[in-house]
Amino acid sequence: MGKVFVQITAEHDVNGAIRPLTIRWEDGRIFEVDRVLDVRQAVSLKSGGLGIRYTCKIMGKQIYLFDDEGKWFVERK
Amino acid sequence: MRRTILHVDLNNFYASVECLYRPEIRDKPVVVCGDVEARHGIVLAKNYPAKALGVKTGEAIWEAKQKCPGLVTVQADFKKYLRFSRLARKIYLDYTNQIEPFGIDEAWLDVSGTEKIFGTGSDIANQIRQRLQDELGITGSVGVSWNKIFAKLGSDMKKPNATTLITEENFRQSVWPLPVGELLYVGRATRRKLQKRAIYTIGDLANRDISDLKLLLGVWGETLWHFANGFDSAPVKRFGEESLIKSVGNSTTTPRDLVNNQDVKLIIYVLAESVATRLRKHGLKCRTVSISVRGNDLLSFERQGKLPGMTFISGDIAQKAMELFQANYRWDKPIRSLGVRGSDLVTANGQVQLDLFDNSKLDAETLEFTVDNLHKRFGHYSIQRCSMMLDRKLTGFNPKDDHVIHPISYFK
Repeated sequence: MGKVFVQITAEHDVNGAIRPLTIRWEDGRIFEVDRVLDVRQAVSLKSGGLGIRYTCKIMGKQIYLFDDEGKWFVERK
Repeated sequence: MRRTILHVDLNNFYASVECLYRPEIRDKPVVVCGDVEARHGIVLAKNYPAKALGVKTGEAIWEAKQKCPGLVTVQADFKKYLRFSRLARKIYLDYTNQIEPFGIDEAWLDVSGTEKIFGTGSDIANQIRQRLQDELGITGSVGVSWNKIFAKLGSDMKKPNATTLITEENFRQSVWPLPVGELLYVGRATRRKLQKRAIYTIGDLANRDISDLKLLLGVWGETLWHFANGFDSAPVKRFGEESLIKSVGNSTTTPRDLVNNQDVKLIIYVLAESVATRLRKHGLKCRTVSISVRGNDLLSFERQGKLPGMTFISGDIAQKAMELFQANYRWDKPIRSLGVRGSDLVTANGQVQLDLFDNSKLDAETLEFTVDNLHKRFGHYSIQRCSMMLDRKLTGFNPKDDHVIHPISYFK
């Protein structure tokens, strides 16, 4: 439960679309985002927040990465 | 052409937003309240568990806590609610550009003619409800009808998270048995008048002779009769079609009761300052100033007076407000809340009648703009009148930005 705020590196293209490239977990490990499967406005009931939701594939696992007006977070399992 | 109008009402709006951010309190009774210290400590909104225990909106917090000992109180955060309101409006914009907000959590949508794209009125209503849930995590009730009045009635009939359809075929069965007080603009006084004539339900009202109602309530009688019969044809305003501003005002309930002229003067200065800033922002000047005063017995009155010229200078507005106050208040009881309003507005860049000998007014205007600039760059409290220092507790608020929810009228 709850959310983990993460530092990210991202690519902003000329149309203003954002593609997250890596996320830095709270213990300092850096994970590469292999694929972005879906982008949409969504709510995270589990962690209590909302924003633009990026459905990402990271190391074979699917996770939700949220952009809440510039603050990025991941749902804590 | 028959219109399709939706009225969306977000359920327990403030409480739902707060519960969304704090999963741990979702199943507990929750109320959202104002600042207790500043004496704004009443229940503004509640969630369903709190409602089930009999907590009512407008109650004092201690009353609510008596009914329900485990009550969770959350302080209102209007910025958050405005953001959600904006996000909800963004969803509506995907369906139509005719969106007329009614307060922060309600809106009318005219979706006529989109059947081929999105489906019928109820289909759109269900899509919107689903999206509110998925994208914002809040629920809404939607009324679907062919006029605004019945759409609003519909959204109140089934709660939470439901669509109610009121058609020309079923409104006699679904709307007419409702008590007449449910109708928009039938308040306590009108309801009492109607009940004396044995009008208890909306159906009673609709079946009355229109001339009887006109005798009883004047033009209002006619209007209400049209409402009750579903003849209301008021259009849903286009998105962004702002209504013309008729007056600019601010009011506040003070942290403690005001007991003398100096207290009142301080508050009037704070309010006048905000009114003047907002007038300047909109490029307007006012020619009339009015004040509203509410004693600690909660009875209130209003007085207004004309200014010699037109102005957006806070000093002029405050001076007039103070004059009005002193001429109309005898201090038989302390004051709980005060309001200052500028009306009779004209555009600020019109011609000005200059004085032959004294042109200090122009300097004063330049000064006010300079102060505006300082506020913008360094914050609201960076530069203030010296008198504000007399009582920080009383004057430490910013009516312009602290609270931006204004009640609006159906008849604009």
